[in-house]
Amino acid sequence: MATDGTGVVTVYGSGTNGAALLEPSNHKSATFSVKVGLAQMLRGGVIMDVVTPEQARIAEEAGACAVMALERVPADIRAQGGVARMSDPGLIRDIKRAVTIPVMAKARIGHFVEAQILEAIGVDYVDESEVLTLADDAHHINKHNFRVPFVCGCRDLGEALRRIREGAAMIRTKGEAGTGNVVEAVRHVRSVMGDIRALRNMDDDEVFSYAKRIAAPYDLVMQTKQLGRLPVVQFAAGGVATPADAALMMQLGCDGVFVGSGIFKSGDPARRARAIVQAVTHYSDPRSWRRVAEEPAEVTMVYGGSRREARGKSRRWQDMPISASRRPCNLPLLHEVGSDEHEARSGELEAHELAQPMPRRGGSPS
Amino acid sequence: MAVVGVLALQGSFNEHLAALRRIGVRGVEVRKPEQLQGLDSLIIPGGESTTMAKLANYHNLFPALREFVGTGRPVWGTCAGLIFLANKAVGQKSGGQELIGGLDCTVHRNFFGSQLQSFETELSVPMLAEKEGGSDTCRGVFIRAPAILDVGSDVEVLADCPVPSDRPSITIASGEGVEEEVYSKDRVIVAVRQGNILATAFHPELTSDSRWLKCSWICLLLLDRHRFFLDMDKESDTKAFSALSLSSSSRDTQDGSKNKPLDLPIFE
Repeated sequence: MATDGTGVVTVYGSGTNGAALLEPSNHKSATFSVKVGLAQMLRGGVIMDVVTPEQARIAEEAGACAVMALERVPADIRAQGGVARMSDPGLIRDIKRAVTIPVMAKARIGHFVEAQILEAIGVDYVDESEVLTLADDAHHINKHNFRVPFVCGCRDLGEALRRIREGAAMIRTKGEAGTGNVVEAVRHVRSVMGDIRALRNMDDDEVFSYAKRIAAPYDLVMQTKQLGRLPVVQFAAGGVATPADAALMMQLGCDGVFVGSGIFKSGDPARRARAIVQAVTHYSDPRSWRRVAEEPAEVTMVYGGSRREARGKSRRWQDMPISASRRPCNLPLLHEVGSDEHEARSGELEAHELAQPMPRRGGSPS
Repeated sequence: MAVVGVLALQGSFNEHLAALRRIGVRGVEVRKPEQLQGLDSLIIPGGESTTMAKLANYHNLFPALREFVGTGRPVWGTCAGLIFLANKAVGQKSGGQELIGGLDCTVHRNFFGSQLQSFETELSVPMLAEKEGGSDTCRGVFIRAPAILDVGSDVEVLADCPVPSDRPSITIASGEGVEEEVYSKDRVIVAVRQGNILATAFHPELTSDSRWLKCSWICLLLLDRHRFFLDMDKESDTKAFSALSLSSSSRDTQDGSKNKPLDLPIFE
């Protein structure tokens, strides 16, 4: 870490500097710039959850910029319950073979061995995801130790910057995966963007205590203030189901969109996928994708049963007491520094309380 | 005033626009065929070439892009843009993808392998240095990068790079997949120029941030890279060079969209 006169300059990873770069033929892989670089190449694109090589091909044909290889989409994880883990390596390999676009895969929060396996398979990005059951309720993976880049979820600025400090090269909102309800994703992106706008107008002297209040590293807070945005690529995720949802997230300032259950749980996946891709490309110009979105939109996702049942289920979701993510986002976050286990838990708890409404909060360390 | 279009279907177009802003040139996003009219030159950014080809197809951009390249106006392609501009590409998705063409070379779409094989390195660029001054090397960031397997006689090779040892062995289906050959040379071409077409397999746009300019010589190289591109403007159209005059007052107002995304930092 080094400072110059104007502010904080953060050097990531293993301290590369100008002198090292001057040496000819120094071939460096897995630098932070290379990790962020792939995320930058994905900007303005849609990353789709797929569970089979066939779905991956449909996604590629529709114009997805990457696919997320999963065993079950979040909607099914919610519906079926049980422990959700990393996907079968064989499946990920098959999906990798089926497409030329980057393939991502999810590892459980804190489960660094799952991440090691994914790295060994050669996935292009690892999503340390709250959609899966969490493996460590106090710690996230130390992502600096990996050559593969990571994307992590966040609900507010402090959480995003903590993940970046842990080595995440890409950030996404947590949202409410598998519901088809975009409200949480909007809340989270509004929270991050609002916090950044407030931060930009803050006096430099106030940043120290602000960093403490949101429990984020000071240098990253300062860098965010100077940039006016998160220092890495930021995608939207969790509940994006329609082309309009996707364009909404783009207009709110996201760099791209993850779509999970929204595509392959809809009536016509290929058409839905294409419509969402076009909506993201032309997000600020609805006239150019209006036609593809005009089809009778299957907004409520099909959860195996009838539409009515599905609707009932999503309402039940709405009424679920959601611990931390319900907090009004524009209030100062009164995090203690050790609050990461809390944020790791809350997303996962929601996913599992639905299937097995069993109070699991008792043992949570705080 | 010269206007540079940046194909903004997907990928690193924001980074290119930011680099243009920094040197005071007006850049506009291009998403539809009609937006190509009135442009003096075009940048095709990095991104997922499969995705960009799909999107270009939806909007029937390929005929307009071919016509644009055909008129001889300067075009610069990085990474996916290189693939777009190549006459021939191998290693594509099943069914292939449409190309613009114009650059007489054969490109392997994913020569260097997956993200784990992505890397950055110092490229020796004597021709660029000779033209623009500055260091003999430039920083090349290769993200799941393509490479140029062979070039036609009209194509000038600007840079090549050693083939990394950890690269997965790739068989190149030559012809219609009948006979296959393995790439065995120890260096591979990564930057070429043919007439007004410049193409790089790496991402100069990722090594750009004027906030870091004061303390980083890397960005100076990027500016060189950009000027190099704009010089081709000058050669074809002397008026265009006036674009380089730093008219900061006009460029922000002309950019239009209010919620224009801010730039990401440059990572060393």
